[in-house]
Amino acid sequence: MTQLLPHPETDYPVVMLAKTQFLKDAAAHVRDSGHRAFVRKALGGYYTNRDLQKARYRDWEHARDAASLAKWSAVNRLDELLPRFVANFEANGGQVHWARDAHEARTIILDLLRAAKAKAIIKSKCMTSEEIHLNAAMEKDGYGVVESDLGEFIQQLRGEPPYHFVFPCMHVRRDEISDLFGRHLGSAPTDSPEELTMIARRHMRRLYVDADVGITGANFLVAETGQISITENEGNARLTAALPRVHISISGIEKVVENLDDLSVLLPMLATAGAGQPMTCYNTLYSGPRQPGECDGPEEMHLVLLDNQRTAILADPEQRDSLHCIRCGACLNVCPIFKNVGGFTYGTTYQGPIGSVITPHLRGLADWNHLSGASSLCGACTDACPVRIDIHHHLLHNRRNAARTAPSRLERLGHRLFVVAARRPWLFAAGGAMFRRSLGLLKALRPPLLKDWLASRDLPAAPASSFRGQWAARSRTRHPD
Amino acid sequence: MIAPASPPPTSARDTILARIREALRVPAPVPHVRSHSAEQAVTPKAGGLPALTVLPAEVAKPWLPDGGDTPAERLRIFMENLEKLRAVPRRVPNLQSAAEAIASLAKERDWRRVAGHAHPLVEPVLANLPCGVERVDGPAGFDKNALEACDAGITACDAAVAQTGAILVSSRTCGGRGLSILPHVHIVVLRADQVVATVGDALHAARERAAGRMPSMLSFITGPSRTGDIERILVLGAHGPKELFVFLVG
Amino acid sequence: MNVDLFIPCFVDQMSPQVGLAVATVLERLGHTCTFRAAQTCCGQPSFNAGYWDEARKVAIHALEVFAGAEAVVGPSGSCVAMMKVFYPELLAGTPHETAALDLAARTFEFGEFLVKKLGVTDVGARFPHRVTYHDGCHGLRELRIKDEPRQLLRAVKDLELVECDETESCCGFGGLFSVKFPMISTAMAEVKGGSLVRTGCDYIVSSDPSCQLQLDGWISRCQSSGSLSAAGGGRRPRTVHLAEILAGTVS
Repeated sequence: MTQLLPHPETDYPVVMLAKTQFLKDAAAHVRDSGHRAFVRKALGGYYTNRDLQKARYRDWEHARDAASLAKWSAVNRLDELLPRFVANFEANGGQVHWARDAHEARTIILDLLRAAKAKAIIKSKCMTSEEIHLNAAMEKDGYGVVESDLGEFIQQLRGEPPYHFVFPCMHVRRDEISDLFGRHLGSAPTDSPEELTMIARRHMRRLYVDADVGITGANFLVAETGQISITENEGNARLTAALPRVHISISGIEKVVENLDDLSVLLPMLATAGAGQPMTCYNTLYSGPRQPGECDGPEEMHLVLLDNQRTAILADPEQRDSLHCIRCGACLNVCPIFKNVGGFTYGTTYQGPIGSVITPHLRGLADWNHLSGASSLCGACTDACPVRIDIHHHLLHNRRNAARTAPSRLERLGHRLFVVAARRPWLFAAGGAMFRRSLGLLKALRPPLLKDWLASRDLPAAPASSFRGQWAARSRTRHPD
Repeated sequence: MIAPASPPPTSARDTILARIREALRVPAPVPHVRSHSAEQAVTPKAGGLPALTVLPAEVAKPWLPDGGDTPAERLRIFMENLEKLRAVPRRVPNLQSAAEAIASLAKERDWRRVAGHAHPLVEPVLANLPCGVERVDGPAGFDKNALEACDAGITACDAAVAQTGAILVSSRTCGGRGLSILPHVHIVVLRADQVVATVGDALHAARERAAGRMPSMLSFITGPSRTGDIERILVLGAHGPKELFVFLVG
Repeated sequence: MNVDLFIPCFVDQMSPQVGLAVATVLERLGHTCTFRAAQTCCGQPSFNAGYWDEARKVAIHALEVFAGAEAVVGPSGSCVAMMKVFYPELLAGTPHETAALDLAARTFEFGEFLVKKLGVTDVGARFPHRVTYHDGCHGLRELRIKDEPRQLLRAVKDLELVECDETESCCGFGGLFSVKFPMISTAMAEVKGGSLVRTGCDYIVSSDPSCQLQLDGWISRCQSSGSLSAAGGGRRPRTVHLAEILAGTVS
């Protein structure tokens, strides 16, 4: 019996096993056909635009090879490239802080806020900050934080985490946003996405100007030049890193690329796969704080580098490529599981196929392996990944690792019995014949597994004879002797 | 009995770097690649990580979208991309015509204050404006509240990218960070010969220009600010400029 | 050519007509078919569940069964993918690795075999109906089979081939996934099944009997619960294997 321990990251008590919660939420979500249809419709535009952009590449598949090589070479030389990045970033006046885990990262950032005497904090989109539950920690310490990315802002007002790590509020309808803004910002109701965006824009403008600390993430860390690269569409990250006095950036250690030129491949592909755009609106390289001769910019720039089990994934050569992930979200957008259970069902920071691969590493295999099992292994994710991560095969690898370290004894027994039969053709054939003859009875009895099938699907009647039986008869009529 | 001295605590930095080194003792297999050019890029080495002998950017170059082989083609592709992005491209024969066109725009829109910086392509434009001018890099220093109140910001750029329709600005040469992102309208004045073919070319030029010290910010601006967060419907002007005018001189 | 038939375990027991159709087509083209009765299962269920030690034992048995075969042809994208793509991984580092790679090179999915190995697209079949093709994921993404079944169908006399709007979406079977996560599996069947039914076709053609089981199971339930008209058109398309159309044995 697995003990229900406090959640390792938030210290909040866990009410039920993650797997039980997943099954419960999935069952509830698949019944909400309105929600599923809404999400499907929202993704329709993305598919069209993505295909349009892919067609502009002279060969998208070959470009994927190059992108894959860029990240493979960087991650496999992280021991050399991460220190090189840090040295260059520090030479530019940036300050680096190292965090072994989420708790350490939160502590570092809270210390920085205290030292900066922060009064108003503006934040741009940073999934790594979600991973370490930073907002809750900052609020607990008395800081007001505003998420400036429109989708994250909406989710913050709703009190929900992001639904999708690129499209945080893709499940929310415009009338819901209108109500939300009405309640929190006092704005007049409207069903125009344009007007809703302008409401958020007006609200946010003063916050950028008045904030004294800006917190961002990072998409890439360029070893050659010591620059961090931030990709966005709205301009909120640009503003967050332009106007406040102190800039704090948070990044996983795996985001390193070797050369600036690698971005000539990765930036367009991130935009194409992630959003169906040739490039996102703002792709910005930050070397460090404001330099002498520059007229504005933060006086201090801090970068918090986070491990939090990434080195554990690094130590697994089979799955190391999951660290190549550029967080484009393309795998989520094509995943039938994601589309049918929704982003919240996963119960993780990172949803979808890549989330299902890495979460067991980040949070423990025994408790989270159900995410690897909740897949038909269709492989759409692997086909979509711009850096060729072998996503769906890693789900298989996770399953294998779980079977080795935390097997279900009943299930293993079942497979062992199957093997005994499968190596004895006469026994296998006899078992098959027995199954065929008793199928009618089994359907009536509804044992587990069969019961789950029959709840929503029919099963045909078994044929009178098997292939091998009919083949034997066929051979006899053709070659009677 | 004297207790043995405990070892000095290992810093987070040392711990993480040690974990990385330990983890990488077994090299990961080379990713499965399909193209001949990518296969050629990797040379196996006896024991240890195969070497990447051709840079990924070089491998990718023939496969990324076209940026144009001649200046005329580059310009055409650039302008087409700007239009697709809903930026407003305008070709003008000389800087004077750009200044006049921008002055008309200011008048038509009833702008009260426009921000800019010191640059041979920008100053003549500022001088010709019918409204007030805010200099972000002037002797009075940078005032973010004053910038926030401006109706438009005018900047030069380091380069323009045909392949994507992007403008590359830097904090060193284009009036800092806020000027090209805070005002509601962004106007860029550039020479037609500043258009390069690809993102890679622009990065290469940026590296050369930096001569060892990169500016604190380099930003590719690809069209007016936008969001699709509300029902995946495209809206312009999320937080950055709602409109982007690009004047190509010459 | 002598072709060794690879008949997946559930085809053997639940849809034997598919295996017979494969033999019929190949014999019509002048090849001889053998069925090695010692074959049992490819081991995919244990492999997918993560019980690789168990799956390995089943795989080794299969290697022994098919040793020396000139060509091994099976009417199931998922089972063929298991032998062709996953046996080498499963048996890597064991003394059976070479045999696995060897077998992989000689194993083919039925449609793939006809078009790519035999160079045949027209087998002289006639099927005067409107059909749509469902791309099984293993065939599509592990074996890279997309166009071959369509080439074969287009060559069938009087056959009208239409495409649904979710050709590459998974039907939701995924082996044990269909019963371990049944609500998700059913939701996926709704999406793919719904799309296939909306083409107004008479037959849904597949190269994977497990997909057929899933889709037919859902369509049949829709029909008996009266919700088929909601799915599209009120028509109840039947699922059928590509081999059955080419053999002319669709009842």
